[in-house]
Amino acid sequence: MAKLVINQGLVGNIEDMVKLCPFNAMENKNGELAINAACKMCKICVKKGPKGAVEYVEEKVASVDKSLWKGIAVYVDHIDGNIHPVTYELIGKAKELAAKINHPVYAIMMGSNISEESRELLHYSVDKIFVYDNQSLDRFKIEPYTAVLEDFVSKLHPTAILIGATPVGRQLAPRLAARLKTGLTADCTILDINEETDLVQIRPAFGGNIMAQILTPNHRPQMATVRYKVMDAPKRSSEETGEIVSCEIGGDRLNSNIEVLDIIAKEKEQHIEASEVLVVAGRGIKKVEDLRMVQELADLLDGQLACTRPMMEAGWIEAKRQVGLSGRTVRPKLIITVGVSGSVQFTAGMNNSEHIIAINKDENAPIFKTAHYGIVGDLYEIIPNLISQIKASR
Amino acid sequence: MNILVCIKQVPDSNKVEVDPVTGVLKRNGIESKMNPYDLYAIESALRIREEMGGTITALTMGPGQAASVIREAFAMGVDQGALISDRRFGGADVLATSYTISQGIKLLGDFDLILCGKQTTDGDTAQVGPEVSEYLNIPSVSNVSKIVEINPEFITVEMDMTHDIEVAKIKYPCLLSVDKDIFMPRLPSYLKKEQTKDLEIRVISLDQLEDQDEKHYGLNGSPTQVQRIFPPAVNSHREIWTGTQQELSDQLHNKLQELKFV
Ligand SMILES: Cc1cc2nc3c(=O)[nH]c(=O)nc-3n(C[C@H](O)[C@H](O)[C@H](O)COP(=O)(O)OP(=O)(O)OC[C@H]3O[C@@H](n4cnc5c(N)ncnc54)[C@H](O)[C@@H]3O)c2cc1C
Ligand SMILES: Nc1ncnc2c1ncn2[C@@H]1O[C@H](COP(=O)(O)O)[C@@H](O)[C@H]1O
Repeated sequence: MAKLVINQGLVGNIEDMVKLCPFNAMENKNGELAINAACKMCKICVKKGPKGAVEYVEEKVASVDKSLWKGIAVYVDHIDGNIHPVTYELIGKAKELAAKINHPVYAIMMGSNISEESRELLHYSVDKIFVYDNQSLDRFKIEPYTAVLEDFVSKLHPTAILIGATPVGRQLAPRLAARLKTGLTADCTILDINEETDLVQIRPAFGGNIMAQILTPNHRPQMATVRYKVMDAPKRSSEETGEIVSCEIGGDRLNSNIEVLDIIAKEKEQHIEASEVLVVAGRGIKKVEDLRMVQELADLLDGQLACTRPMMEAGWIEAKRQVGLSGRTVRPKLIITVGVSGSVQFTAGMNNSEHIIAINKDENAPIFKTAHYGIVGDLYEIIPNLISQIKASR
Repeated sequence: MNILVCIKQVPDSNKVEVDPVTGVLKRNGIESKMNPYDLYAIESALRIREEMGGTITALTMGPGQAASVIREAFAMGVDQGALISDRRFGGADVLATSYTISQGIKLLGDFDLILCGKQTTDGDTAQVGPEVSEYLNIPSVSNVSKIVEINPEFITVEMDMTHDIEVAKIKYPCLLSVDKDIFMPRLPSYLKKEQTKDLEIRVISLDQLEDQDEKHYGLNGSPTQVQRIFPPAVNSHREIWTGTQQELSDQLHNKLQELKFV
């Protein structure tokens, strides 16, 4: 239990305190300082206000016995046995974390007729792979999938569960977290673990302007989702190690009020996430026709065209090509941004790329803080020049 | 059909910055607006009502001024509104927020359909919808990109699963998180705004909820704790090239050759 207590006598100038709060959560109520529902418990008033004016009063909470929770588990995301690569990235991270605290690494996979496919996980040196193979688990449905994970947690007591931020993971993780009444941190970009086995979760907050470090100190298991292409996948070993444990859970726990009627394959579209080279068009592109030269450059580099949000909003480029916090996270070998200012919301989605080249005519553009090679120049000159040079050198 | 829409008020600006020295948020008169993704949830509710009849309630949890998003929902055509607001809800993470919202929904009555936006632009987790559905013990589906069929027994929707589209039939009561672009949100109507000017917004505090244990709400009910905030890291290897346009494109071409991309 924690709360803020106001000592009116020490407040001094009420208006100063009201201004201090970044969330407008302090108000002057008939000459007394009051805290309203906008309070985010950031404690700035405690730290920055007059000494003792606002006190943070904490009562000791009953904490869990952390020694009873052992192992880092990874949810195996797959469709019809095709394992989503984010799974391997999470296994890589889980192994690193587990080594620090000397815990085992678990994988949990559920589906129908997946015993063959689950063997693939043996090549990534996971200690134990728990497989729930049942016809009712054929396709993702929130109630049975949550029931299986709940069953797994009740038997294994893992200290942490990592889940890919895929369309399935983004539904399954919160549903499980609410069932277990535990914390869940979405879209972590950095994960670490301390001696207390507390998962140190870092994620962008406030639209990427700020990074927040988040702990789940009094609850187990700890849960985090991570987007694809944020962590590094380990190398596949040709040998098989680890053990497959097949598991079952009882009948009516697999019931659902959802019926999947049909699966419509989308046209085999190219995902910008899968491309090794991306050329990103930003608002420095003045006319929709001018995208042709950017596309041409992308083609010449065997890459794909991507864009910033305003380009998507203008309807010039499809939403699925948008990079950034509200778009896709990409991590290509090469990314060239042209006419992109480099807002944090944009760079949050691409700053792990291997080589970042930026073309912008404004030498003060923030993109130059992210780029490895910053070219201060006019894209309308540089791109056509470059295109003819590449063509000439072939 | 009894429909509930969850909407949230979010800061209008993306300019929230943290002072690198003090680690304190820089405040610059942050304006507020409705979470843009929630407009799609409201529009979906209005379309469903057009087809099935019934009432739409908009619900928000937040400080007193969050009532303005309910007013905006009224101007779009929503029938009723409720604001869950209490100082003791402050500092809530996803779990505590979802629990509070689910308690509020239970107080408001039985709903056939609960609609949420895809995500918020401030919390940005897309988790509140699925967590609320767990607390209400009803099925939920996210990434809803299309409503295929709706009738009194069930609703059939398309959900976008990146590589394919799944068509799912869901029994009521259920919760759907709708994608952007499911429908084009209508603009608020001035006439409706005038008509609903005096329409009362029900304000719900902790004292009215079924579970009144303070430990389950706000910071105390939040398993996750923000330990510290800090500005994002900047890249350490940086070269800035300047020169004539021809020099720059030569240099770029050479670099691409050196890196073996051409
Ligand atoms: C919650 C939230 C989420 C967001 N999510 C995303 C997201 O996912 N992705 C995203 O991209 N944005 C996102 N945004 C928007 C983001 O804040 C920026 O507004 C956006 O990235 C800017 O796009 P831009 O760089 O193309 O345009 P601008 O900021 O307008 O920049 C254009 C740049 O082009 C340069 N330029 C102009 N002419 C030339 C020329 N001839 N040659 C060279 N350079 C030239 C200019 O100097 C300028 O720097 C989000 C915003 C919010 C609030
Ligand atoms: N404080 C809130 N009040 C009402 N609805 C909310 C609130 N927070 C989140 N929601 C709903 O949950 C969705 C997902 O939010 P989030 O998990 O914060 O990304 C939003 O689009 C809203 O529909």
